[in-house]
Amino acid sequence: MGFFSSLFRSKPTSASIAKERLKIVLAHERASNRAPDFLPVLQKELLAVVGRYVEISDDGIRVSLGAAGDTSTLEINIEIEGGKVKKGGSGPALSAAV
Amino acid sequence: MLAKVIVVTSGKGGVGKTTTSAALAAGLALRGHKTVVIDFDVGLRNLDLVMGCERRVVFDFINVINGDANLNQALIKDKRHDNLFIFPTSQTRDKNALKREGVERVMEELKQQFEYIICDSPAGIEHGAITALYFADSAIIVTNPEVSSVRDSDRIIGILASKSRRAERNEPAVEVHLLLTRYDAGRVAKGEMLAVDDVKEILSIPLLGVIPESESVLRASNTGTPVVFDEESPAGRAYIDAVARFLGEQREMRFLKAERRSFFRTLFGRA
Repeated sequence: MGFFSSLFRSKPTSASIAKERLKIVLAHERASNRAPDFLPVLQKELLAVVGRYVEISDDGIRVSLGAAGDTSTLEINIEIEGGKVKKGGSGPALSAAV
Repeated sequence: MLAKVIVVTSGKGGVGKTTTSAALAAGLALRGHKTVVIDFDVGLRNLDLVMGCERRVVFDFINVINGDANLNQALIKDKRHDNLFIFPTSQTRDKNALKREGVERVMEELKQQFEYIICDSPAGIEHGAITALYFADSAIIVTNPEVSSVRDSDRIIGILASKSRRAERNEPAVEVHLLLTRYDAGRVAKGEMLAVDDVKEILSIPLLGVIPESESVLRASNTGTPVVFDEESPAGRAYIDAVARFLGEQREMRFLKAERRSFFRTLFGRA
């Protein structure tokens, strides 16, 4: 990089970096703070039930409540480790949206 | 007139809640309104020092809640202004001493005597902070132009919207106001500090005032004098403006531009 290009390329100020970081973290936190209290419990119970049939890790589950237009959605995403199915379990169910 | 309960809160510590509570209470008293300022920071009493009445504390908030003293025994009348009263808290380590029913009873009693009840909240989002904001009609969100303070303010705004009595009863929401403190216009101009418009945009609540970083704030707490009594100081003037806006007046925001100190002021003057 030449001397001139480094001279004219404006570097973001630390204040503008602070603003961008805050916008991102607060968008995320506002969404999760609005989530109802039962979600963590639901997540734990799902983990227990699904874990009986397929191999899943504790952080392989994501439960979130959303809204699109007039309908609310409960989205459950479960990652199965290596596609392993436990004995006696039925076929792998990967993702369900209700 | 119905008394108005105002909580001064922030989530984060050290941003200027007690300084603001003292200034706001004194400012409202100076404008002719009978005002009491209550310290909700049980175990870490400091409002008495900032108000300069630490040697006059006999009974406190917890004594009144427990019925060991009546309200008028615990209220301290300010020596500078007849309209101003201080209600100190207790130094007990029992954090649950602030029972909600007891606080409610005391609040109702205060509403009979005062126009404005200022609740100086402790930092954090624990029991004391929640109790301080629970009865509020208005909230002053004290925020520094700095990432952790803005984030915590956002959190406390969310808590006001869900955990206050108004929220629980489905009444009109607590009126929230942003008060930006320790603002350094010089650093903002250099891009080193979040600007007032940035903070306003991120938190999206109306702005009550901007208090410039000022030596007068430390001088005020050193001497136990609310900073509004120092009418010469930028911070004192900024608080007086904020009080006027709170009372519905239109006042232009001052101290948003970096002030050029004259050569002679730098040599001889004080900030």
